[in-house]
Amino acid sequence: MVTIRLDALGVSLGRRAVLDHVDARFGPGALVGVIGPNGAGKSTLARAMLALVPPAAGRVLVDGEEAHGMDRAALARRIAYLPQGQSLHWPLTVERLVGLGRLPHLGPLSRLAPADAKAVERAMARADVAHLRSRIATELSGGERARVLLARALAVEAPALIADEPLASLDPGHQIEVMELLATEARAGALVVVILHDLTMAARHCDRLLLLDRGRIVADGPPRTVLDADRLASVYGIRAAIDLSGPRPLVVPLSRTC
Amino acid sequence: MTFSFSRAPLLVCLGALLILAAATSLLVGSAPIAAGRLIAALAGHGDRIAGAILFDLRLPRTLLGLMVGAMLGLSGAALQGYLRNPLAEPAVLGVSNTAALGAVAALYFGLADLHPAVLPLMAILAAVAALGALQLLAGRSESPLTLILAGIAIATLAGAAISLALNLSPNPFAAMEIMTWLLGSLDNRSFHHVWIALPCVVVGCALLLADRRALDALTLGEDGARALGIDLRRTRIRLLLGVAIGVGGAVAVTGSIGFVGLIVPHLVRPLTDRSPSAILLPSALAGAALMLLSDIGVRLIPTSSELKLGVLTAFLGVPVFLIHLMRERRLW
Repeated sequence: MVTIRLDALGVSLGRRAVLDHVDARFGPGALVGVIGPNGAGKSTLARAMLALVPPAAGRVLVDGEEAHGMDRAALARRIAYLPQGQSLHWPLTVERLVGLGRLPHLGPLSRLAPADAKAVERAMARADVAHLRSRIATELSGGERARVLLARALAVEAPALIADEPLASLDPGHQIEVMELLATEARAGALVVVILHDLTMAARHCDRLLLLDRGRIVADGPPRTVLDADRLASVYGIRAAIDLSGPRPLVVPLSRTC
Repeated sequence: MTFSFSRAPLLVCLGALLILAAATSLLVGSAPIAAGRLIAALAGHGDRIAGAILFDLRLPRTLLGLMVGAMLGLSGAALQGYLRNPLAEPAVLGVSNTAALGAVAALYFGLADLHPAVLPLMAILAAVAALGALQLLAGRSESPLTLILAGIAIATLAGAAISLALNLSPNPFAAMEIMTWLLGSLDNRSFHHVWIALPCVVVGCALLLADRRALDALTLGEDGARALGIDLRRTRIRLLLGVAIGVGGAVAVTGSIGFVGLIVPHLVRPLTDRSPSAILLPSALAGAALMLLSDIGVRLIPTSSELKLGVLTAFLGVPVFLIHLMRERRLW
């Protein structure tokens, strides 16, 4: 069980302030979606939670301990991260690539133990890539590769997972599959934060949404309250069809407002 | 960290090749001496001439080839993994050029005549100074491109300074001395050189082998690696120190021998699971074997004046580039 707290967090990249006074708390058991237009600071928020960028103001607390300055390997065992994009620098096999997720668990000179191999198997099965195990990861289709990278993040078996746009280049079937998988992880007690562009998917699968705009949190709450027509118009500049009649809201962007 | 791909057969094969190359290097030379006499000398009851040739000439030459080749192969493999660039080698970071510059300065100012250790020590110091400059220029950036750009700037500066030394050298003999040293050779090396290179190579190899995991994790990019618990700043310092000390020490005793660090990882990569960590040890073994075989070639190829080792390895580099090009263009 892990909790992450952002305490008046500000982050600057170069001279530009990317995040400004962000307060949020993430706990186990809920699938939290982070949404917002391009350049709103979503990825920077994720990177700050992993102490990949230093805070310019405020703090990131992981289980009450300041993340910046924490031992990297200890942090890696607590929070798994699926970075945006899917650049892979060497043509590794899928099994070998997923095995990289076990690095934070290895002692200085030890090799992958049978327990690690089992974790790799579980991760590959959950991301539905076990059949690709001996394929070369760089030669897979975009969707297959995205699932392999998700399996790599799952192989860490950390109590928290932060996924930056895991749905990019997936077909609708696999998009739903990935969202259901993340939701299952969350219900099983993990802290899962997912950065999304697809409002429809965000509305249907997330328990809570965090709407970012120009480095600030504009709304934080259940999808039903966050995805309100006026807010979508002011933040994204879009008009959307919103149907709140079902158990989960249905949001379909229709046109630009201007 | 393999559970489906075994490295043992490859290491055994490369080890066997290396032993074969080392034995040949001891048995073959410009002075034709029957193998029987050399083996008798090795066993300790041979004649004095065979003993002198074996222990004073061929053994240090073989040991140096082995160490320098292993160091160059390993640093090429480590740098290609770290910079995620298949064309990386020690020269890209300016280490080879600055070490050469240190040696050239020793020759140019006549310091090399003071004591045999002066030239190699100046080469090593120059390589470590280059590392400091590299750290300063690259700053806190963790992108491989910054490091390559900084390295090229340093390499270019050192290259220009070497040209300047050649340009200003007082007489053709001084220029010739510098040129001959720059071409790189294992000829006429003694145990004296072995003792200079050995500690550098041991430290360099140890530092480069320490970061196997970080290199693997970098397959996922900088953020991916750091999120897996890798401290990239420490990785960079260890890696650069390893290359500067190891390659600095190697260049210090043999002169600049290029392309071994570039070629060897490409030769062994297809025989492994292609992860950066898997090619490190094989690259060291293959680098040592390639160096010894090239040196045997230098001794056997009949030329009017002695063929330099660095010249031969430079020729070997060309086909590797061409094969890479053909693969990129999918001609092969």
